[in-house]
Amino acid sequence: MSIRELEQIFLDKIDREIKIEPKDWMPDQYRKTLIRQISQHAHSEVVGMLPEGNWITRAPTLKRKAILLAKVQDEAGHGLYLYSATETLGVTREQTINDLHSGKAKYSSIFNYPTLTWADIGAIGWLVDGAAILNQVMLCRTSYGPYARAMVRICKEESFHQRQGFEILLVMSKGSPEQRAMVQDAVNRWWWPSLMMFGPHDSESTHSEQSTKWKIKRMSNDELRQKFVDMIAEQVKFLNVTLPDPKLKWNEARKHYDFGEIDWEEFWNVVKGNGPCNKQRLDARRKAWEEGKWVREAATAYANKRAARMKQQVA
Amino acid sequence: MDNRNFSDYILHLADNVLILGQRNSEWCGHGPVLEQDIAITNISLDLIGQARSLYQYAAELVGNGATEDTLAYLRDARQFKNCLLVEQPNGDWAHTITRQFLFSVYQRLLYTKLLQHSDSRLAAIAEKSLKEVTYHVRWSSEWVIRLGDGTAESNERMCKAVETLWPYTGELFLPSSYEAALGKEGLAVNVSSLQADWEQQVREIFSEATLPYPPSGIWMQRGGKEGIHTEHLGYILAEMQFMQRAYPGLEW
Repeated sequence: MSIRELEQIFLDKIDREIKIEPKDWMPDQYRKTLIRQISQHAHSEVVGMLPEGNWITRAPTLKRKAILLAKVQDEAGHGLYLYSATETLGVTREQTINDLHSGKAKYSSIFNYPTLTWADIGAIGWLVDGAAILNQVMLCRTSYGPYARAMVRICKEESFHQRQGFEILLVMSKGSPEQRAMVQDAVNRWWWPSLMMFGPHDSESTHSEQSTKWKIKRMSNDELRQKFVDMIAEQVKFLNVTLPDPKLKWNEARKHYDFGEIDWEEFWNVVKGNGPCNKQRLDARRKAWEEGKWVREAATAYANKRAARMKQQVA
Repeated sequence: MDNRNFSDYILHLADNVLILGQRNSEWCGHGPVLEQDIAITNISLDLIGQARSLYQYAAELVGNGATEDTLAYLRDARQFKNCLLVEQPNGDWAHTITRQFLFSVYQRLLYTKLLQHSDSRLAAIAEKSLKEVTYHVRWSSEWVIRLGDGTAESNERMCKAVETLWPYTGELFLPSSYEAALGKEGLAVNVSSLQADWEQQVREIFSEATLPYPPSGIWMQRGGKEGIHTEHLGYILAEMQFMQRAYPGLEW
């Protein structure tokens, strides 16, 4: 079959909402886009463990400690599903991880901000996971089968994450003046970076058009961002705090909230590595990987010895 | 029954699993490979869950408005009754694995005896925990074998870990004052009776792991169960208790 015919079959499947599977023919660029996107997503889960992990040993109650541990453990699990999905496209987990450590692969910039108080753990759950969910719900319908299926599993757990974050803030918002101030401060610091999670404006987004055509992406950055603002602007009313945007206002004609402009200079700087924690996050991941090297080597050596012994026994 | 001795006993059991759970949780996000990051976090979660059941019970025994959180967050190092072994630093993966293995084998023997305890609440907690502990023994045994019989480097690291942690194992089998007092009424497990089984089980795994079993006569540290700890515990508590100390009496 000619490339053109193969491409026609591929596009036809996309049109008819039939999932593309690992063994199907796919355009190189489709494969590359998916590898980039899914591995970036996997890295985000794993790097995302760090800012929240920062508060596990200091969680204010045993119940909160247990919930947070379970949550961060879920993120590690999501990382695993997604690394597996990347492997179906023909790259090993090790290659993918090397790309993260060399700085070639990106992860979500939101994790380059520090968690300074316990309220930040609430704000991450509510805002960061809230933003992630909108993106992930869309990705449950993405055209690549293994990615879509990983997303379905992930979405089930993410909604619990968002609720636990909101609940942390809700309890604090009913507490002491200090606690309420902590909530407001966390919301002030996490609001804009959360909006940035949806990426550049549609007009500036380099990968968007082709991804939409291939149904990898099914909603634009700006559409998702608007959806997020509309959702959070309502939920914030229960927390007795405000979002740090004087331009935030319901627009009756649009039936949406209007909101102010993101500081794109900050956005691009964090993407380029100048965020407050870019260096620490990557260093922490590299350190874990390097210090784990002898452990992985020992596990492989032992597995080989065992296999050899079994073979000997059989013989 | 002396209530103080019994609540101390429950607190001792709770402190053991809380402090080990807290130590293991330091690994979360930093494990040598993602699957094992998940495994060690899972063990940490099990241990903290066990600690919560025990503290909730202890809080009822202690009374005076005590809760699981006042007991975990508002006692100072001298009131903590955990064994010295569980507060030792994570070190490398070999140290963490060895600490877990030595403790889990002990915990399984202890909790198996607790199943027969006349206090049904304690017996029920032991029963629920044992399922988890059995997995911890299996997981840590497999790792001891894998690292002991893996590469020259991993074997050397395991030998070092065993050497470092061994002096903290003697205390496990030395009854504290409250264990001794309760023991007379059959209300505490006689921990010294667990030692022979523990040694045999550890010896078997070490042998499979090609690790030398430490010679007898090594000086054993003690004191944790009576509140005389290593310097590490103060820092564990300073970190763990920070929020409750800085913002006392609030809901979270």
